[in-house]
Amino acid sequence: MLKRAGLLAAALSLCAAPIAAHAEDCGTIQLGAAVSMTGIYAANGHNTRDGYDFAVKKINSEGGVTIDGKCYKFEVKYYDDESNPARAAQLVERLIDQDKIQFMLGPYGSPLTKAILPVTEKYKTPVVQAEAASRSLFTQGYKYHFGIIATSEKYLTPLIDMAAQLAKKDGKDPSKLKIAMIYQDDVFSMDVRQGVMDEVKKYNITPILDDRMPKDLNDITGFLTKVKALKADVLIVSGHEKGAATAARQMGDMRVQVPIIAVTHCESAKIVSDFPKASEGMICPTQWDETMKASDKTFGTAMDFNNEFKAAYPEYKVVPYNVAQAAAAIIVWRDAFNRAQSLDQEKVREALTGTDLKTFYGGIKIAPDGSNPGKDVVLRQIQGGQYKVVWPEDVAAAQLEYPRSAQY
Amino acid sequence: MQHLIENITILTAAPVINLGLLIDGILIGAIFALAAYGLALVWGVMNVKNLAQGDFIMTGGYIAWSLGRHGIQPLFGVPLAFVLLWGIGYVIYYLVVRKVITRDLFTSLLATFGIAICLQQTLNLIFGPDTQSAQADLPTWQFADGLISIAATRLIGFALAVILAIAVVLFMKNSRMGQAIRATAQDARAARVLGIEPEKVYAFTFSLNAAICGAVGALVVLVWNVQPFLGTTYSIRLFVIVTAAGVGNLPGVIAAGFGMGVFEQFGGFLFGAEFQQALIVILLLGVLTFRILQLRRFRQAVQ
Repeated sequence: MLKRAGLLAAALSLCAAPIAAHAEDCGTIQLGAAVSMTGIYAANGHNTRDGYDFAVKKINSEGGVTIDGKCYKFEVKYYDDESNPARAAQLVERLIDQDKIQFMLGPYGSPLTKAILPVTEKYKTPVVQAEAASRSLFTQGYKYHFGIIATSEKYLTPLIDMAAQLAKKDGKDPSKLKIAMIYQDDVFSMDVRQGVMDEVKKYNITPILDDRMPKDLNDITGFLTKVKALKADVLIVSGHEKGAATAARQMGDMRVQVPIIAVTHCESAKIVSDFPKASEGMICPTQWDETMKASDKTFGTAMDFNNEFKAAYPEYKVVPYNVAQAAAAIIVWRDAFNRAQSLDQEKVREALTGTDLKTFYGGIKIAPDGSNPGKDVVLRQIQGGQYKVVWPEDVAAAQLEYPRSAQY
Repeated sequence: MQHLIENITILTAAPVINLGLLIDGILIGAIFALAAYGLALVWGVMNVKNLAQGDFIMTGGYIAWSLGRHGIQPLFGVPLAFVLLWGIGYVIYYLVVRKVITRDLFTSLLATFGIAICLQQTLNLIFGPDTQSAQADLPTWQFADGLISIAATRLIGFALAVILAIAVVLFMKNSRMGQAIRATAQDARAARVLGIEPEKVYAFTFSLNAAICGAVGALVVLVWNVQPFLGTTYSIRLFVIVTAAGVGNLPGVIAAGFGMGVFEQFGGFLFGAEFQQALIVILLLGVLTFRILQLRRFRQAVQ
């Protein structure tokens, strides 16, 4: 009974929205998001939110969404999920149930997204998320979940291909490659690991080290000692920003020399500015880079987006890909509303399933499982304090420096 | 299990790594020992179990980090954080701790837990949630074909920790205030009868502990990194150390601090980084069980 009253109220508020119009006579489409402003994921939470806000402002200034000849502007209601999955689920329920929000944006990160999806499914509320890459999110049969970024198992697979090709070029057997790796024990990082494990199998490689780091550990000396003792050829570290910062710091302290070092979350860990010497030559995968050849009408090219965002948020020295993909999520919403020509959740969901867009972030074409399988990862190397795309070779902007030789 | 055997094989194949781990453990153990000493002090003197210990450390870390940001050598953060945290500790004592000191265990636990949350969020608001670390730009020395590396920052951290520890121990032994603190710890009522104001002693002790934590934090940001919400891990570590040594046993606390450093390095190496922290908690469990058995034997003897 209560639920029905809630639905009725939601329907009423929707009808009321156009009546209580703004000065320019535009309606409002409310999006809701629980994003980490505090806690372990807060840094990327802020990136996510800034990306949403930037795109909302830009899209609204271009007239927002037009449905039946009437314009609508986006508005996002945020809550802080404190980096806590249970809290995120609670807040999303609150957004839907109390705040009567019918369209959701994702939180930052797979653990939190994993927690909110059962809630949004229950309430049949469509979610477009751009910050959760875990493969497992797309295998649950969720109908209202749409993710636009390359799934996490793809993050470092190109690295293995690259290492194998380099080994072949040197006349070495790729299966003899000594790969040492350490991952944070969370959903995202373990997916990255799974992708790497599947890929190394193709080359018949068995990693020599395969370690985990808990999320509040800031010391991996033991692991690095082993890396040195075993003289690894490839070193992989995937542990969000703290993992990257810890790795860069301790590799510098311990003078680790490995020909190929790959680290995820380089930008959010600010390893270039904080550890200029140690970070030199490290390889960082990314979903998006401003030198990428991709563009759309609203934001222009990737480089245009980069420059405009930096002008609006001068505190960013480098624009993390998290910002770009968050912005892309808003583009997806606009497109869906425009095509659905309705504010009905089911119709909009239907429209989302047919998403096929070219954006500054790259192509977004939603597959039946809600993912964007065309999206691939590019590898960049830190050269002279700059991120340079080095892999795949056809989009590379610079030559890979191999083997890496850091001047500590 | 297979990993364990492989890791032991590495250790036996290159025994020099043992030495490297030992040195590393001792160098970082000094830092733990110092912070644990402060915790034991407050615990012993005021019977307050300070759950905000790790967050004081993070605060100190951010102070040193801020110096580094302004182009000042972050090593100067050690004395600066000591002084600033003294002030913060003093204020917190008068605002919160003073009111709960006579209450039961849970009140003081909850109060210090509250302080911990407030500190975390304050750090988060001021400095943002990013992981930060300060660069002292000091060399690293390599030995044994690079298998042992000693970073100058760790060595300096060790030296400063030892100097500070000696200073605190001498202070506690010889100064009037130090004697007053020890007297209050032994018997607060008797101390009061003899003209010692427990209030002053408590304020001093709590501030001293905060100051020590501040200095430790400045070392932590040089050796590892800081994040507003990373303090709890340190609090747990320190509790293990103090529990293992026994509250009244200050030399024991320092020894246990070194032990913890070495234990963590070897544990992380042998069992993998994933068990590095789990091992600490298992150690705590072991120590508590041992203590209970010990007490039971003692009680039986009394009966």
